[in-house]
Amino acid sequence: MSEPVVETQELAVRFGGVLAVDHVNFVLRERELRCLIGPNGAGKSTFFKSLTGQIRGANASGRVLIRGQDTSGWSTHQIVRLGIGIKTQVPSVMNGLTVAENLWLSARRTAGHDGADAVVEEILSELELSAIARRLVGELAHGQRQLVEIGTVLANKPWLVLLDEPAAGLTNVETERLIAIIRRINQTATLIVVDHDMHFVRTLDSLITVFHQGAILLEGHAEKVLTDPSVREVYLGNRA
Amino acid sequence: MTGAAFGIGRIHWQWLAALAVLLAALPLVSETNTPILLAVWALFALSLALMWGFAGILSFGHAAYFGLGAYTYAIASVNIGESTVPVLLALLVPALVAAIIGAMMFYGRISDVYLGVMTLVVTLILNRFMNATAGDAYKIGNARLGGFNGIPAFPTLNVPGDPKMEIYGTAYYYVVIACLFIAYLVARWILSSAFGRTLIGIRENEIRMELLGYNVPAYKTAIFSVCGAMAGLSGCLFANWAEIVTPSVFSLGTTAEVLIWVIVGGLGTLIGPMIAAVALGSLKLELGHQTLVDNSLVLGAILILVVLLIPRGFAPSFTLWRQRLAQAQVHRRQARGTRRRRIALQDVKQ
Repeated sequence: MSEPVVETQELAVRFGGVLAVDHVNFVLRERELRCLIGPNGAGKSTFFKSLTGQIRGANASGRVLIRGQDTSGWSTHQIVRLGIGIKTQVPSVMNGLTVAENLWLSARRTAGHDGADAVVEEILSELELSAIARRLVGELAHGQRQLVEIGTVLANKPWLVLLDEPAAGLTNVETERLIAIIRRINQTATLIVVDHDMHFVRTLDSLITVFHQGAILLEGHAEKVLTDPSVREVYLGNRA
Repeated sequence: MTGAAFGIGRIHWQWLAALAVLLAALPLVSETNTPILLAVWALFALSLALMWGFAGILSFGHAAYFGLGAYTYAIASVNIGESTVPVLLALLVPALVAAIIGAMMFYGRISDVYLGVMTLVVTLILNRFMNATAGDAYKIGNARLGGFNGIPAFPTLNVPGDPKMEIYGTAYYYVVIACLFIAYLVARWILSSAFGRTLIGIRENEIRMELLGYNVPAYKTAIFSVCGAMAGLSGCLFANWAEIVTPSVFSLGTTAEVLIWVIVGGLGTLIGPMIAAVALGSLKLELGHQTLVDNSLVLGAILILVVLLIPRGFAPSFTLWRQRLAQAQVHRRQARGTRRRRIALQDVKQ
């Protein structure tokens, strides 16, 4: 079994009286594709944000280790510079800039001023965005904006990709395309995908971590997890 | 580049050269006193236009750096007795103060309206402090700060290394114009560099830029400091023009005026705020000759009208109007072509 690339030890996040992440111990290995699922308010996105330094300081405790380095207390940009690409829950793109400019800003940091253009070309063609390269992102449809954000994540050439609800608001066709893209990314990178769309998660066919009330309820493969009574109860209540 | 131009058009060197020739010839037909002041204001407007329009940092207290530049020059020149080092200090001191204040704000995650209030408070503190320095105790070396009356007599600009060769009148006009052109080109160079493009990205979405691995507070502190230096230079040039420095350089009026110039000229452009500074500055000077209407009232009315009627400001609206005109021409040409083809087709059929 390969070495863990992401590990949390007793990670906890508290907002006032609410324990949003409850002393989570989590391990992710090289080139793994892991889905984090759970109902709304389960703590998935908070856990995700605490991995990437978006929540730190007095609210957070415990340790986050990325490739063995303790990143607790690091700022987001320092963690990203370890080689991490992050897609947020609500598409976070630069609406006033074109698709190519969004990608260029991402590529420039790792490929440099001269190498950025080639990376932009590569991502545009990989995600089939060439036709809208010169359009302002703010003018695009939701699905296209999601794709642009994934493009900015990939243009950074990360070894670890974190996608928070990438399928939210996508049509079936767009979701199918996204699944193909995620599989392609996973050929070279490790992935964590946060989502609560069961069909999407089942199709990805990966190891799943189920969150409930800030803690890990269950871990296992899709078939086991999605048929587990406790998971069904968490999602559907006693009706299940 | 792959269509990644970041909305920064190319420099129209032919227009820049024509403007340079016009400005060079101006002393032949006009006095230079007013043009010097207008050029100083244009430089001041440029410094805020770069910071606010391209990095998205709205400072309500940009006058602080203008005033610091003016005071630093006056104090240093009284003590040193010539102008070369004081000019450099008038750039360095505001840059350093801006870097310290900027670092405190940006690393402290202060943004939006809080940032505006904090920068305003800094300016008001400087204004109050300088007004309270009338006593003999308030001296820096040989320079008395002079409270409300300010520092009235200090050596003005001289040829570097030769304090006896003073630069004034037409020669000073050329120095100010040269500073304005250089500052404009520096601003353009910054915007066309990777640093400038990163700033534009930060203006658009700070969180995304952080998620791409950019040290956002460091970038913001850097441009805040650069624009502080630019404002300091304009303050220094103003001090040399006025030959007196008073606490009014830190006033609310100074701070409000530069904001109005940038809004009226158009956020996201460099040339618009510079033109607005010259136009509104001229209007203010003209209104200053009469007592019927208060000039602040007129400036305020212009600001309200611009915000209501052309919220993008003059320069971006003008660019948009030109683009629409060009598009309309293309559509007309296409429609004419289609009509001709249809007529030709009908002729063939007949």
